[in-house]
Amino acid sequence: MADQVLDAKGLNCPLPILRAKKALKEMATGAVLQIDATDPGAVKDFEAFCRTTGNEMMEHSEANGVYTFLIKHTA
Amino acid sequence: MRDDSNAKSMTIIVTKGTLDWAYPPFILATTAAAMGIETTMFFTFYGLTLLKKDLNLKINPLGNSAMEMPMAGGHMAMPNIVAALPGMTSLTTSMMKNMMKKKGVASIEELRELAVEADVNMIACQMTMDLFEYKKEDMIDGPSLGGAASWVDVAAQSDINLYI
Repeated sequence: MADQVLDAKGLNCPLPILRAKKALKEMATGAVLQIDATDPGAVKDFEAFCRTTGNEMMEHSEANGVYTFLIKHTA
Repeated sequence: MRDDSNAKSMTIIVTKGTLDWAYPPFILATTAAAMGIETTMFFTFYGLTLLKKDLNLKINPLGNSAMEMPMAGGHMAMPNIVAALPGMTSLTTSMMKNMMKKKGVASIEELRELAVEADVNMIACQMTMDLFEYKKEDMIDGPSLGGAASWVDVAAQSDINLYI
């Protein structure tokens, strides 16, 4: 599972992306970051973030208004 | 910032300094930087106030009929004659700031700090500094001083150029 968890709940655009980038920068290549967010816009934004940066979106899900993303640090 | 890699690059000309208009350039710049894009911001005219050490950004709905505030389950716009009253600017500013805080929207101070941290290249317009008599010591550390040619030079090599 995740090597590190980032709680981005309650944060609005662009903070979840900025915090995620900061966390990924400190992580080893191949490590997995879990992000929990409540901003519905984060779904499209994390897909776009991964597409542009080359990091791998392993999975994302939603439960009770919390969006969870697993991103592997590959770039 | 020279593009000597394959990285994409973006420039933003920042011309407005009210609380609402401060958001688009800083949101886009920090996000682009987070996505590995070399980003340059050129601050000119009222945009230059966004580089002052002490930010005191304000907003007033005067003349902006599109500005509605959520209120009592609906939305309300403020009539111009009310917005023009003394004290209205500080009232609407604190309403906006409270609403942003409640909704988890970053402050401009926070976004600006993140932009500096992310090595966003900032250029303060020398001509505007002279025109409005701003001193370099009133401004945050980091931005360089330059003119239109400094922006054109970077923009000519950039993939995305925005004017806000």
